Amino acid sequence: MNRVYYYLKRINFTILAYKARVILHESPKMIAQPEIHNHIATAVAAPTEMPTGAEMLIQALVYEGVDTIFGYPGGAVLHIYDELWRARDRITHYLVRHEQGAVHMAEGYARATGRAGVVLVTSGPGATNAVTGIANAYMDSTPIVVITGQVPKHLIGTDAFQEVDTVGITRPCVKHNYLVREAKDLPAVVREAFHLARSGRPGPVVIDIPKDVSAARSNCSRLDHVSFPFSTQPAPVDQSSAREALQQILNAKRPVLYIGGGIVNSGAVNSLLSFAESLRLPVTPTLMGLGGFPSSHPLCLGMLGMHGTYAANMAVAESDLLVALGVRFDDRVTGKLATFAPHARVIHVDIDPANIGKNVTPALALAGDVNQALNQFLIMLRDQSGEQLQTSICQREPWWDQIRYWQLSQPLRFSGSQRQIKPQTVIRELHRLTKGEALIATDVGQHQMWVAQFYPFTRPRQLMTSGGLGTMGFGLPAAMGAQLALPDQLVVAVVGDGGFQMTNQELATAVQYDLPVKVLIMNNGYLGMVRQWQEMFYDRTYSEVDISVAPDFVKLAEAYGAAGFRAQTPAELGAVMEAALRHKGVAVVDVVVSKEENVFPMVPAGADARQMITQ
Amino acid sequence: MRHTLSIIVADEPGELSRIVGLFSARGFNIETISVGESLDPRWSRVTIVTSGDDRTIQQIVKQCERLARVREVHDVTTRPHIEREMALITVSASAGAERQEVLSLVSVFRAKVVDISHTQLIVEASGNKEKVDTFIELLRPIGVTDITRTGHIAINRLAARDDFPHADVTAQIA
Repeated sequence: MNRVYYYLKRINFTILAYKARVILHESPKMIAQPEIHNHIATAVAAPTEMPTGAEMLIQALVYEGVDTIFGYPGGAVLHIYDELWRARDRITHYLVRHEQGAVHMAEGYARATGRAGVVLVTSGPGATNAVTGIANAYMDSTPIVVITGQVPKHLIGTDAFQEVDTVGITRPCVKHNYLVREAKDLPAVVREAFHLARSGRPGPVVIDIPKDVSAARSNCSRLDHVSFPFSTQPAPVDQSSAREALQQILNAKRPVLYIGGGIVNSGAVNSLLSFAESLRLPVTPTLMGLGGFPSSHPLCLGMLGMHGTYAANMAVAESDLLVALGVRFDDRVTGKLATFAPHARVIHVDIDPANIGKNVTPALALAGDVNQALNQFLIMLRDQSGEQLQTSICQREPWWDQIRYWQLSQPLRFSGSQRQIKPQTVIRELHRLTKGEALIATDVGQHQMWVAQFYPFTRPRQLMTSGGLGTMGFGLPAAMGAQLALPDQLVVAVVGDGGFQMTNQELATAVQYDLPVKVLIMNNGYLGMVRQWQEMFYDRTYSEVDISVAPDFVKLAEAYGAAGFRAQTPAELGAVMEAALRHKGVAVVDVVVSKEENVFPMVPAGADARQMITQ
Repeated sequence: MRHTLSIIVADEPGELSRIVGLFSARGFNIETISVGESLDPRWSRVTIVTSGDDRTIQQIVKQCERLARVREVHDVTTRPHIEREMALITVSASAGAERQEVLSLVSVFRAKVVDISHTQLIVEASGNKEKVDTFIELLRPIGVTDITRTGHIAINRLAARDDFPHADVTAQIA
């Protein structure tokens, strides 16, 4: 009951607001219940030999296979940084210039590799600066573990220096978070944190460690003996539902596979390719699904949604069966829900049961791992005779004719120019120069959509972008995290002049650690996407979008010790970009593009996909 | 439609605010909430009365199930169940006809007088929401000066026979 009272004291006002009435009651029946607390076998040791919380933390991180941390020190994490220094041969710490950058780097690292990214920041402002990145990782299902310092336990709740309720602030945007009260709990907390971050639908986990806990000595725990009772293993995909789904797909005359980030996270790329090819099914990826199916593949219709291709959006609008794989029916994809895929039966496969039925109620739901579902489809397909498969494929010939017509009548297009550099040309040029092989990170806005449209991604984890949260400033640090994880790859951050200025301080980090990313600034002197909306929906009232007063980006790059390049005319674009991409170190290219270019096609927010504005 | 959800969550600091925060963040409604130990003191039972169409309730259940420390969520309302809440009501009633009226209502509603002075009484009533509401309504003209009410708790009914778990006949038993 003391616990309950304690809860109430802490959230007194919330509870009052809900007219909460708390009483004590008991459960009537014996229920088999798992243990709450983790079992740790503790080895008894003399007090002086007992490790500190900081030591245990580092050991636990090493045990999880962590060799890279992005962070920024401060008072509350001094013990941890002291220990980290001693462990520097096992864990490399990358000192960022702002905590938001650290989290985006960890996200870039995680997105490029599938491993969990790790961040270490101090209490108070360190933690609040990290929140944007944490929320970003939550929206885009990126596995990261963020360790935050906290003021010593006896100061919690006293408005102490650099105190903030980190667990409270991050609660709505994490899979789980912890305030560690005892050093002995650390090994189990770290193990569970990594398990949670990676398993099921991945996401961020925050571990808040008071300064006295990182200093305290405690019995050493055996990391291999930690078990966690809160299993989050998703249930296996239901066989009979899978069979029914496959039957519906075989019978469909106008099906579309709508694929998202879940394909990438579950490693379903190959099974998806086999499945789509064996039945010749049209595939349309979301922004997060780009690379989950090769964009250059004849079955790929290109991205769908607000700035998706005409063919993809029309195909979804006219489909009779929409097979949603690892997606969450985001509003940027569906537009007006009432008219989204109006003729289609929806089959929804997702690892997060809460995604199913959240925005669209499917006719058939398969909660579980999408790779497992696709593999089941493939196994079940073996039972079909060649003739049956052929019949299924043949009945979709008219559908493919229709799709080809849409593709030919309304391809992605833009008007070229001899005088100005068109931003779409920059992306095409980037694709040509990198042979479509580069890892690309983007910020958020027009340039992001042009990348999605004009850089055909051929493999998963090739694009790192902020999809759900739409975080400007994501591109540069995310590119750095990816570069660090994959040093042999060419990594390009395509950013706008707006977003770049939100995290460009990380150029110093890139130069310090020799992370040779190339930054391509699509500089139009505007907050381009906002300007586009103002042009289209607010009578060209360009309210507060002019950012033409900006630093000279070439000089800025040089000031940071990076190489600076500038392209101002179409004639010089190719040569300048090539020189920048060939540069051995960090390079920044300021590409001065046409100021008032718009992203088309566009489905206005909340509109029916068939009301697409094509130019 | 009103639903009563029973959520079993680890008895750890902050877990209640995780649940309450989820409701406010996703725009779900809480009519009443009550929290207490379950049979195993390491787990708390949170009983929340909420309202919404089937899809909303389904979302609430699934979103709660996503929380790492929530063991189970079930909608008590889908099966025969007993629900109770309690109220302590201060009534102004001096000795005489007024007090007699209060006492007769107390007896009709099987409530209890738990404190008394020359001019006032405190009565304790329990039952489902409708019963407690009605009781208060009937006391109001006499002079209710204060009310404190608990949240709603609920539990599924026992089966009439062990081999016939969810017999509807049990619903008829008071």
